[in-house]
Amino acid sequence: MPESGVVIVAVGWAVLAGILLCALAYVAVTLDAVLSARQLGVRGGWTAPLSRAARLLRQRRRTTVAADTLLWRVGGAGMFIGAFLTVAVIPMGRWVLADPDVGIVWFNVVDVMVWALVWLTGWGANSAHSLVGGYRFLAHGLAYELPLMFALVAPAIAAGSLGVGDVVAAQDGAWFVVWMPVAFLVYLVGVTGFSVWGPFAPALAADIAGGVLAELSAVDRLVFQAGRYLFLTAGAAFSVPLFLGGGAGPVLPGWAWVLVKTVVVLAVLVWLRRKVPLLRPDRFMEIGWMVLLPAVVAQDLLVSLIVVRGG
Amino acid sequence: MLIGVAFWVVAVMAVASGVAVFVVNSMARATYALALSFIAVGVQILLLEQGYLGLITILMMVMEMAVMAVYMVMFMGMNPALMPMDMTHGKKTAIGASVGAFVLLASGALFIPWPQRRGAASEDLTRALGLEIMGEKMLVMAVLGPVMVATIVAGVVLATHRTRYERFGDDLRRHPANDPRQGGVGR
Repeated sequence: MPESGVVIVAVGWAVLAGILLCALAYVAVTLDAVLSARQLGVRGGWTAPLSRAARLLRQRRRTTVAADTLLWRVGGAGMFIGAFLTVAVIPMGRWVLADPDVGIVWFNVVDVMVWALVWLTGWGANSAHSLVGGYRFLAHGLAYELPLMFALVAPAIAAGSLGVGDVVAAQDGAWFVVWMPVAFLVYLVGVTGFSVWGPFAPALAADIAGGVLAELSAVDRLVFQAGRYLFLTAGAAFSVPLFLGGGAGPVLPGWAWVLVKTVVVLAVLVWLRRKVPLLRPDRFMEIGWMVLLPAVVAQDLLVSLIVVRGG
Repeated sequence: MLIGVAFWVVAVMAVASGVAVFVVNSMARATYALALSFIAVGVQILLLEQGYLGLITILMMVMEMAVMAVYMVMFMGMNPALMPMDMTHGKKTAIGASVGAFVLLASGALFIPWPQRRGAASEDLTRALGLEIMGEKMLVMAVLGPVMVATIVAGVVLATHRTRYERFGDDLRRHPANDPRQGGVGR
């Protein structure tokens, strides 16, 4: 097993990590807004995130009859907080806030929390449309989560460790994306899944009046939406130590390479939103179980065989 | 010291949210109170330096409760999920049984002479625990796994209303299959 090459930094740096995550998420929102504007044939969109946030901040909160406010707020706020928990185990080059020996499982735990959070957001409003949205998300979850879990297994097998630092160190020779491309793609599918993003957005679709978002207004809506972007960003960032060699790269220092790779993955995910149609949960269920799961299990088998032969 | 305090705080949280399951009057709140209780237990396992077991406990339980909430809300009769409900049934028997069980276990914990630790703690606790639990029984587990899968498949086959002849036609040659709901891969 290769030695983990990361240095654990003081807790205070968590503030910087949080700010970085927010900044990257802001880049993603802006990019999405600009692409949206371009699709409509107009220029600009650069200030759209700011004006949207400002509008939501001064909007009056909508209330519904017999809403379960506690669970409603837990859902929205949890979406916002979860992504920050993920970032704690992502190394910025050599530095990391925490490098537990089960860092990959930590990531998995946080992304499973999204199941509860999105459903709770749908439930809390006491509105049929938003509850239907919550169900749609869980149906998607049942289809993407297992492939995602098996995709996370591949780098762990190759590194012989569940620690993120060890996984980065194990990619000294070749980035994992080179010999586990299927796991990488399935991982990205999972990221879009738990961010309720792109093809996995039917939980928020217009045909059910915005689904989970139907009754969310004002700052609550802002917090939930920001949480989705933060999760998308954190997912993109976590793909860097898992599959893209962490901070490895010429000339630039490690932390810069992590940022560059994160931005590239994030930009691709944002761009893809317009290229891929919405996936109906009942249809994607079959894709997840009959295509993605066997493919990624075969990928794990291949990785295991290579590891056994090599070691 | 700090870990001791944290352990007790989480312990109280686990018990309190466990009690909440039977106090709250909404199905969703009961479900997620139980999830919170399990999360607190998971954190306790983390505090015992069993990283993998602790995280896996949290992961499994949150997932499980998310799925359970769906089933409860969707399939329970008279839809108690959408109106005030009570999680307790047969109150007197239940209270008697649980108080009895608590007294039995607590007195056992207090009066049994606990054994002293023999030898030193293993270097890798998780691995040692895994070997302790699974070591001798690995063959049994390896056999049991496929048997359980076969049981599940057989059970589904026996319970299903539609057969493969309905899906693929009498000669099993109809493609795509005649499903009431079209799948995603166009079979």
